[in-house]
Amino acid sequence: MDIYLEYILDHYKNPRNYGTLENPDISHEEGNPYCGDVIRFDLKIEDNKIVDVRFSGKGCTISQAAASILTEMIKGKDLDEVKKLTKEDMLEALGIPVGPTRIKCALLGLKVLKSGLYGLKGWPGEEEEEE
Amino acid sequence: MIGTDEWVKAIRKDFPIFERKVNGHPLVYFDNAATTQRPHSVIEAVDQFYRTYNANVHRGVHTLAAEATEAYEMAHKKVAKFIHAKRWREIVFTRNATEALNLVAYAWGLHRLKPGDNIVTTIMEHHSNLVPWQKVAKWTGATLRVADVTEEGRLNLDHLRSLIDEHTKVVAVTSVSNTLGVVNPIPEIARWAHEVGAIVVVDGAQGVPHIPTDVQAWDVDFLAASGHKMLGPTGIGFLYGKEDLLEEMEPFLFGGEMIREVWVDRATWNELPWKFEAGTPNIAGGIGLAAAVDYLMQIGMENIEAYERELTAYALERLKEVPGIVLYGPDSAEDRVGVLSFNLGEIHPHDVASILDYHGIAIRSGHHCAQPLMRRLGMEGAARISLYFYNTKEEIDLAVEVLHKALEIFA
Repeated sequence: MDIYLEYILDHYKNPRNYGTLENPDISHEEGNPYCGDVIRFDLKIEDNKIVDVRFSGKGCTISQAAASILTEMIKGKDLDEVKKLTKEDMLEALGIPVGPTRIKCALLGLKVLKSGLYGLKGWPGEEEEEE
Repeated sequence: MIGTDEWVKAIRKDFPIFERKVNGHPLVYFDNAATTQRPHSVIEAVDQFYRTYNANVHRGVHTLAAEATEAYEMAHKKVAKFIHAKRWREIVFTRNATEALNLVAYAWGLHRLKPGDNIVTTIMEHHSNLVPWQKVAKWTGATLRVADVTEEGRLNLDHLRSLIDEHTKVVAVTSVSNTLGVVNPIPEIARWAHEVGAIVVVDGAQGVPHIPTDVQAWDVDFLAASGHKMLGPTGIGFLYGKEDLLEEMEPFLFGGEMIREVWVDRATWNELPWKFEAGTPNIAGGIGLAAAVDYLMQIGMENIEAYERELTAYALERLKEVPGIVLYGPDSAEDRVGVLSFNLGEIHPHDVASILDYHGIAIRSGHHCAQPLMRRLGMEGAARISLYFYNTKEEIDLAVEVLHKALEIFA
């Protein structure tokens, strides 16, 4: 049961940067219609940097833990850096073997973030194929 | 003999997939409402067709074409016998139950309905017996009426009956809910429909594989089912329709196979059931479906129903022991098949499914293609165990054990 590791469950039970922001510069919410999971990202941006972030939503352990981990990855980061985050970066940060049945759970947070930031369509990692 | 350990063991030997392990554990297959597994006889029938008499049907005079045609027609006859249709001409092969229900909606509904008419359906329908009627209602100006469920999780029959009036043209109802497992009283509903001159369209996708089906005794006008939910191949299903209704209807799809004579400006239609089977059909699928029907009839649908009821009662009892579990649907196995939807405390259904999968147990998680019902029951998703006659009490024990482990992980 190598996906239900202690730190994943910890992010799920005690999500970091959870909640919403007052007057966020960007607020974006999306869901995965196949499972009903929903994630919202609120971002405060100054000088092209993410100075504050909150996420909220509901869903399975993987989708919620991944979003929690993602908030820690992007806080204080330059937007250009955030834009460069790939599917592989997200999976590496998550650090658990995510099979094809749960990959969209793992990537939902990154999808919502990128969609809110610069209107990414589709899923992270599928950009190359679409172009 | 029926339902004993030896009986189930012998049956399981017929299914090659039970030889495999999943994540190091013997496979426990509890996702039968999504699709069932296939016995050797079905796999071999399809294999045999491709290896020894592969040809198109109704076209050639050569030996292979004759053999393929005979086997494909025989498949219709077997399905007709299986559901007690009066004539095999009343069996139309389709891709699946969804296509069969769309066939009725397009070829009957779209031509017969008009503003002021109504279609009565239920909130427990799979999307395939709801969305086609939504579209037909929109295109024809008819209204759609949706019968509710009771608190217990059965179809609210009083409500359903109150929705049927002299303007009702179609009553579209499932014989078994794919989420709650409840068996609806189709003969009674058919009688109410016929009293006002409406037709009754039954989604048999979850019922036909699990309970004896008798379209004549039930007096239904149309019944749809999918082969892959009853041991057959994917990509093959069927529609039963009363002969006079099928005769009156326009075809659904046009092209080859379904025509009799064609001029540049017009055409006439082939006889039943070919009028509704445009293009080269799924011949191998039909032959595989016939082998599945043979297998089910050899075991006997009454035996399957009785054994599954026993399993369902056992599963209900055992699952109730799990702390924090919420089971949807009636509390007893009466008028119910082995479809058990549940939520385990605050644990997301995907997580429940993943943890079971680590132990080789396959279940479904999600909305089960019945989103209006999910909303009505106040849930966003559920885990679902769905049984078939090759499952055992030991497998249920194992699942219960793993659910306890899931609670420990999330404690």
